[in-house]
Amino acid sequence: MMIATPTSPEIAVGARGIEKVYVTGDTRVTALRGADLEVRSGELVMLVGPSGCGKTSLISIIAGLLRRDSGELAVLGQDPQALTNEQRTSWRLRHIGFVFQQFNLIPTLSIAENVAIPLILQGTDRRTACQRAKEALAEVGLEGRESSGPNLLSGGQQQRVAIARALVNGPSVLVCDEPTSALDGHTGLRIMELVARVGRRPGRAAIIVTHDERIFHLADHIVHMDDGRVDRIERPPSRTHHVAT
Amino acid sequence: MPIFALKMLFGDSARFYGMLLGLAFSTLLISQQASIFVGLMTRTFGFITDTQQPDLWIADPVQRFLDDNKPLRSTAVQRIRSIEGIDWAVPLYKGLLSVALPDGKRQMSQVIGIDDASLIGGPATMLEGSLTDLRKPDAIIVDVRATKREFRLTNPPEGGPPRDLRVGDSMELNDRRAEVVGICRATQTFQSQPVIYTTYNRAIGFAPRERRMVTMVLAGLTAGADEHQVVADIDERTGLAAYTGPEFEEKTVGYWMSETGIPINFGTAILLGFFVGIAVAGQMFYNFVLDNLKYFGAMKAMGASRRTLLGMVVLQASTVAFLGFGIGIGLTSAFGISLPEGRLAFRMVWQIPLMAACAVTVICALSAALGLWRVIRLDPADVFQGT
Repeated sequence: MMIATPTSPEIAVGARGIEKVYVTGDTRVTALRGADLEVRSGELVMLVGPSGCGKTSLISIIAGLLRRDSGELAVLGQDPQALTNEQRTSWRLRHIGFVFQQFNLIPTLSIAENVAIPLILQGTDRRTACQRAKEALAEVGLEGRESSGPNLLSGGQQQRVAIARALVNGPSVLVCDEPTSALDGHTGLRIMELVARVGRRPGRAAIIVTHDERIFHLADHIVHMDDGRVDRIERPPSRTHHVAT
Repeated sequence: MPIFALKMLFGDSARFYGMLLGLAFSTLLISQQASIFVGLMTRTFGFITDTQQPDLWIADPVQRFLDDNKPLRSTAVQRIRSIEGIDWAVPLYKGLLSVALPDGKRQMSQVIGIDDASLIGGPATMLEGSLTDLRKPDAIIVDVRATKREFRLTNPPEGGPPRDLRVGDSMELNDRRAEVVGICRATQTFQSQPVIYTTYNRAIGFAPRERRMVTMVLAGLTAGADEHQVVADIDERTGLAAYTGPEFEEKTVGYWMSETGIPINFGTAILLGFFVGIAVAGQMFYNFVLDNLKYFGAMKAMGASRRTLLGMVVLQASTVAFLGFGIGIGLTSAFGISLPEGRLAFRMVWQIPLMAACAVTVICALSAALGLWRVIRLDPADVFQGT
């Protein structure tokens, strides 16, 4: 995979030379030492590597949650760091979908209400938001369970709800942080197949941080990171076969 | 998001009911203790409240409060009458005398002697008989509360079961005969002694003889008189202190506030209520916010603005404060209503619910502020770290 200029229109995410150092008192921990990444629209990219190699820091910077120290970044043609806090919050709401490792579903809300949160934050009225949430839940195979509480669902079902929540407002970039780490192998694979199906669409890019080698075949590109840098990028040889099945 | 914020609050039922209980108990403690305190303080000047006719209450300047009797010479009445702006002035006797009931029981009682001619200073509410009945020989009027309690006859002279004292019964005041001609309603005194009204001259006949028998002088102003000027003239020409009713009430309450431990006792209980609120409800609300911090973080990551999240926390705090306060003030009211009349001083003036509401607001604002601080400082990137 070639690293294009970050602002090319077909590039959903273009990062070059990203550096990040965490400073706590006298302690300085370098998380990223010039990381480069490019994800095109319609692509699903997996970030892999040992713990502490900078994967989470990189996606946090891409998603506009964390500030970089140096380097260039364009996400959908926009450098999130150039925006004010309020603008960045609004930008995230419109363009980025998140799937967290721990699901983070609010247990006192129904799953439809959980899914509706991004829409309501955008200003959609509650009834419309819940209706669209139901449609999103149907897309991830949870039709008829809309009024259930998250705690009544299995881990795999909860992650499906989280995926529906991430996609309900049609984000252009989907960011997933180890979405299968809290799930057993079989469920994790099913979830990733779901992410690959709904996340990889024209005009949408998906970046997935994972350690799970069993799902590598679902990626368009696998980006190996080590010591704060992108070490190598490879295309899984059997991707076409697995996705087809 | 308001509905979602409320669902988050109500959905955590154990913590929600805990917060409600804490705030309701705090409100109950604050408002109930404050109401009893106000009730007690009201009793200290109950006689002033009951006696509406005088514009001025004239007493020895060293008298510190209503019941701190410092008798005046009988000439004080004439001297007051001679001051410009005074329309009328009458003597008042007020003292504790021993009462012997027909069944042989003895009871110290507050005897109030009012002007024989005008009957100024008499009770505001007559339940049986008439104030003018005081002009009958040996006549006294008794407070209704005393007829049912301290003056209740366990062995009535005519025989039969115990009964309340009633009009027509006789008793002895300081070994002199007195006859009940009327029943009135008087505000209970601080020391809760029975109240007996009679005329001034009869009262000083009942009382042990002293050189000075006038407890106070009650006076009315002529129409258009300058109250402050009259007060100043009384001070200058007689050396006596004159107060309006509200001033005398304030002076009396001021004494009890500054010279007794009562405000400290009640203040401690009220503070305790406040701290119970902070310790129980405040801490519980803070923990509620902490427990939900990961969800707030997720929402912040998804694009919830700081204002949205703060609004959610403020709404949650306000809701629990409003409900807890409502339950607490309702319990206090029920407590006040359920009390037998006169058993316990209880007076909930409008300032008390306001004070309790302020206390609950402070409790919730403090705990919410701590929660808000955590939400403001919340780094949405943390949710990617699994924290």
